[in-house]
Amino acid sequence: MNIHEYQAKEILNAYGIPIPRGRVALTADQVERAAKEMGGQCVVKAQIYAGGRGKAGGVKLVHHPEQAQTLAKELFGKTLVTPQTGPEGLRVRRILVEEAVDIAREFYLSITLDRSSSRYILIASAEGGMDIEEVANKSPEKIHTLAIDPFTGLRPFQARHIALQLGLSGSICEDCVSLILNLYRVCLEKDCALVEINPLVVTRAGWLMAMDAKITFDDNAIFRHREYPDMMDYSQLDPLEINAGKYDLAYIKLTGSIGCLVNGAGLAMATLDVLKEFGGEPANFLDVGGGATREKVAEAFKIILQDSDVKGIFVNIFGGIMRCDVIAHGIIEAASEVNCTLPIVVRMDGSQVEEGKRLLTESGLNVQCGDNLGDAAGKIVSMLG
Amino acid sequence: MSILVNKDSRIVVQGITGRSGLFHTQQCREYGSNIVAGVTPGKGGIHIEGIPVFNSVAEAVKYTDANVAMIFVPPPGAADAILEAAAAGLALAVCITEGIPVRDMVPVKAILQQSKMLLVGPNCPGVITPGECKIGIMPGHIHKPGKIGVVSRSGTLTYEAVKQLTDVDLGQSTCVGIGGDPIIGMNFIDVLQMFNEDPDTEGVFMIGEIGGAAEEEAACWIREHMKKPVAAFIAGVTAPPGKRMGHAGAIITGGKGKAEDKIRTLNECGVTVASSPTRMGEAMQTALSAWTGRKKKK
Repeated sequence: MNIHEYQAKEILNAYGIPIPRGRVALTADQVERAAKEMGGQCVVKAQIYAGGRGKAGGVKLVHHPEQAQTLAKELFGKTLVTPQTGPEGLRVRRILVEEAVDIAREFYLSITLDRSSSRYILIASAEGGMDIEEVANKSPEKIHTLAIDPFTGLRPFQARHIALQLGLSGSICEDCVSLILNLYRVCLEKDCALVEINPLVVTRAGWLMAMDAKITFDDNAIFRHREYPDMMDYSQLDPLEINAGKYDLAYIKLTGSIGCLVNGAGLAMATLDVLKEFGGEPANFLDVGGGATREKVAEAFKIILQDSDVKGIFVNIFGGIMRCDVIAHGIIEAASEVNCTLPIVVRMDGSQVEEGKRLLTESGLNVQCGDNLGDAAGKIVSMLG
Repeated sequence: MSILVNKDSRIVVQGITGRSGLFHTQQCREYGSNIVAGVTPGKGGIHIEGIPVFNSVAEAVKYTDANVAMIFVPPPGAADAILEAAAAGLALAVCITEGIPVRDMVPVKAILQQSKMLLVGPNCPGVITPGECKIGIMPGHIHKPGKIGVVSRSGTLTYEAVKQLTDVDLGQSTCVGIGGDPIIGMNFIDVLQMFNEDPDTEGVFMIGEIGGAAEEEAACWIREHMKKPVAAFIAGVTAPPGKRMGHAGAIITGGKGKAEDKIRTLNECGVTVASSPTRMGEAMQTALSAWTGRKKKK
């Protein structure tokens, strides 16, 4: 789960990490007022669930409150397309107005899970503000990492070692040590999949400050944090994806015309692959869960049909323990309820396959059954011609 | 022969009184698995479907000599359940639970590195040695006893692969679903190593997906150590970057974890990669005959 920059900064600040003075605004007038509070000169930052905003015109230094207001009018409602948003971009609904800070030096600092060592890993670099992946590719020697032992935790001497490697010394080095230790506390206590400060800066006045921040929560840990669902900005998500989430379905909107309904994430990915192989374009990724119940299949069907790009539906269920006749009932129920007339190709496997197929062919729906994955994929693609 | 589980495995089910715990306990027993005990704290002393329920794994071990755990405990208590199985001295725990927070799994993984217990999962379909023992949620009837080892990060895609193997008359020695989470117990290499040592496994089929670097690491290990033919399939060739494809681990970030890179590395390391999910059984046949051909030349 993602949150906005300003929310991430509020969390960091609550853990004693300094951030610039700032205010979130929902209207251009609020932006103007906030700019006045900051003394006229300030930074206007569009809040979207993606990085790379600067180059897309989403982050700008302005010199007067009126200028801030004019810029805000342009930004609100505008769709920003950055390398991280995908071609469809994300719409700006919130703007962060921050004091302008004189920067002396910039660093990169983050904590995330290192899958190879199964530990949280601290990543630091003196190349702040940059895309860290790019730094990692071009000059890996400029990246300093530390895999954190879960039992000893992150020790001050280890944090100091990293701060020294960044070229810090004296009292600011010690400030950086406590900042790093606090960052690890944030990571654990808030169940973060990623907590990132980029750039972490040293100001001309000689203070450390988190100029930009990103936090991603571990979706599996949301049950421990009651406040998280309220922090979500639903305007940043696809409405169909939000709806799917309510029924515990993993749905991702894609650009094609074949709606896909599959049980299990790996099989769902393989289904997209096989459709493309046969020259089809999937409209979505949809995993109803390995266990595929009748109810979930029905809900998934409705969600797929809400997408007006969908011209046909491909159902691929490896029933396993769930019987195919039960799944067939789910499909028939859902399709009749929403008056689906689109062509449907169903590939089912597991127990009671024949009975499931019979139910589908006798249902009066525009449905065909495939004998196996390839056969079914070929059928739906040729039906949509 | 087989790996990890066989007809002598004595299974204790943690979370046996839950809905899916009980359902799959019955399914496994019907397949022929030897379920000797269940554990649900607070419900010790009752019998469910004739299986004695205990308050702790230690008690279950003491009274029933259980040696393998099948875990269905819900996410908030699942990490603790794994550690309890290890503390009770079990040889293997298979954790089916989906949705365990990463923060809970980091210390579990560190403790298991010091423990003799092996962990399969979490968020996995389980382990099956066809005809002998099924510990997990996979449909038993698609499997067939034989000589191919199967190792996979996926659930239902594994069933698809197994069915294709069975359809081309390639039975399986053991099938291991290692799970789709960022932190798991046994990884590809751990399982490949066991298949390599198992005299009755003649070839291995491996199923991977986008995200992480586990497939690449496995490929390098195969090149150095594997004495048997390996075929593979990687799901997600067409997955867009930055979108999490269902599994917590399945995401292409910063240009890393792409299917094409994994496929190239596997190919370079001598693994036959199925070009399509419709040709997994075929890829295994190709790998086996290429291997026999190579042996003959030598």
